[in-house]
Amino acid sequence: MVSGSDVTGEMETPMETTDTAGPDTAGSAAASPAAAADAPATSAQTAAPAVFDVSGLTVFYGDFRAVADITLPVLENEITAFIGPSGCGKSTVLRCFNRMNDLIQSARVQGSVKYHGVDLYDEDVDPVEVRRRIGMVFQKPNPFPKSIYDNIAFGPKIAGFKGNMDDLVHESLQRAALWDEVKDKLKESAFALSGGQQQRLCIARAIATSPDVVLMDEPASALDPIATLRIEELMFELKADYTIIIVTHNMQQAARVSDRTAFFNVDIDETGQRTGRLVEFNETGTIFTNPSEKATEDYITGRFG
Amino acid sequence: MTTTRVADLSTTEVVRQSLAGRRVNVGAIAFQLGLLVTLLTSLLILVVLLGDIIVAALPTFRDRGLDFVTSPLSLSADSAGVLSGITGSLAITVVVALVAFPVGIGAAVYLEEYAPDNRLTRIIATNIRNLAGVPSIVYGLLGLAVFVRLVDLIGLGGDRGGRNVLAAGLTLAVLVLPIVIITSLEALRAVPNTIREAGVGVGATKWEVIRHHVLPSAAPGILTGAVLTLSRAFGETAPLFVIGVATGFFASADSAGIIDRLTGAYTALPVVVFSWTRQTDPLFLETLAPAAIVVLLVVLLTANAGAIILRNRFERQW
Repeated sequence: MVSGSDVTGEMETPMETTDTAGPDTAGSAAASPAAAADAPATSAQTAAPAVFDVSGLTVFYGDFRAVADITLPVLENEITAFIGPSGCGKSTVLRCFNRMNDLIQSARVQGSVKYHGVDLYDEDVDPVEVRRRIGMVFQKPNPFPKSIYDNIAFGPKIAGFKGNMDDLVHESLQRAALWDEVKDKLKESAFALSGGQQQRLCIARAIATSPDVVLMDEPASALDPIATLRIEELMFELKADYTIIIVTHNMQQAARVSDRTAFFNVDIDETGQRTGRLVEFNETGTIFTNPSEKATEDYITGRFG
Repeated sequence: MTTTRVADLSTTEVVRQSLAGRRVNVGAIAFQLGLLVTLLTSLLILVVLLGDIIVAALPTFRDRGLDFVTSPLSLSADSAGVLSGITGSLAITVVVALVAFPVGIGAAVYLEEYAPDNRLTRIIATNIRNLAGVPSIVYGLLGLAVFVRLVDLIGLGGDRGGRNVLAAGLTLAVLVLPIVIITSLEALRAVPNTIREAGVGVGATKWEVIRHHVLPSAAPGILTGAVLTLSRAFGETAPLFVIGVATGFFASADSAGIIDRLTGAYTALPVVVFSWTRQTDPLFLETLAPAAIVVLLVVLLTANAGAIILRNRFERQW
């Protein structure tokens, strides 16, 4: 819990003072990082400013409460990993960061997801504008059924990009470490690429609109180890310019790539309702070597999940 | 060593016996043959029908050649042709396409992409399916009550008080509208959600995703439905009788302009076939009607083939 307090404690400084409500909510969720807010921020480390500040996030699908009372910060130019067993709501939470849950008719969101201090669920927030700043890479590579070039160019084009599209496509593919493999077949179908290449194309597509944040929902789960490694290397490189949140089933992956890790778990109440909740959020090293929660330790040591 | 080998051998033997195929299964073969017979029967009927018609039509084409296709209607079997039928049917089909495609595809896009998934939407979707099964004569009555009057009302009734190609096209458009909607719905539904998510994920609006990704992906399916639809409209006869298609001889001046042709007397290929079977001169029934049927089939097959080529090109585009 001590190192956890560094994180959240430092977080407090640039954020709104409303977060001092942390100690009160601590009672309901003892392991919630907000609980650490009452501890003094003493770390010498300079904290990156928070890009997101999630507080009390609860998501319903119809009457079903998928996740409850999630509170955590996401820091700039870091990779934050969400781990946990299937059905613990980590993807659901991720999809709140770019209002992707809006596509699901029955989804309902409570609490707040503040992006640089602005609640993404405020009434005057346009989800389209949100998604231009917060890109997403999906679990299964999902290129458009168009050429490689058009896959990259679509986002910038609809966003009114006025510069040189050829250069932008080149640059995006370069940054996604795909340029050398596709430079001679930009006009060919994106479906002709291998799975790993398609996923890097999707990453290139996501960064072509110059977002601030890239959300990755198990981006490597459909890929072989070599392609996975390439994606991970890529994430490392992208970290310099983007804030990345990655959902992963693969604990080694979380340990390898992320700076901070959030461990989610499922609570099953007496009626059999399954609700995801955040068990522990901390620096990745701490989560994997010295977790403060028994459930976290059980999960990372492979005793369940 | 020896014991294991013996054991291996016996295991092999056991497995071999358990894997050995059963005796010939008479029931299964009989069933398969039965299915084959049903297939061949339906094919045979079709071939006999086609063969019969083509044989009956041959003399007309041999004696008249293209003249049969390029001649207008006539009371004399020697000079009667199907040109009026072809132009009438094509004109009706164009009106159908112009009306039914935009309305039908638009309705499908709304239902599939915009309408909330609730009871009302499902009731509407179900009833559109039901509409596709309504007998075409009912649409004929609707056309008479609504479209003939409507066309007349807006001043395009011509000298026949609205009983013209425009009214016929509108009526048949409504007739095929449910089919257009249903096939378009299916085509839109077949577009994987991952494409929509990808589009929305890069900051596209709903309309941009539909316009740039969903519709192009669904286009081959929508086009297939469109082809079926036009074939249906092209071959439809019953409603046309109700809304006043010309079943006998009529003449339109060669000099008639497009408006005059659209608002004047008209006929359609299947109607020509029908009316020829009822002429007193037996030549009409015995040789001209089969020839008109052949022309009808050729036009339909050509249109279908063209649409399929178009669709394949669409599929390969990008």
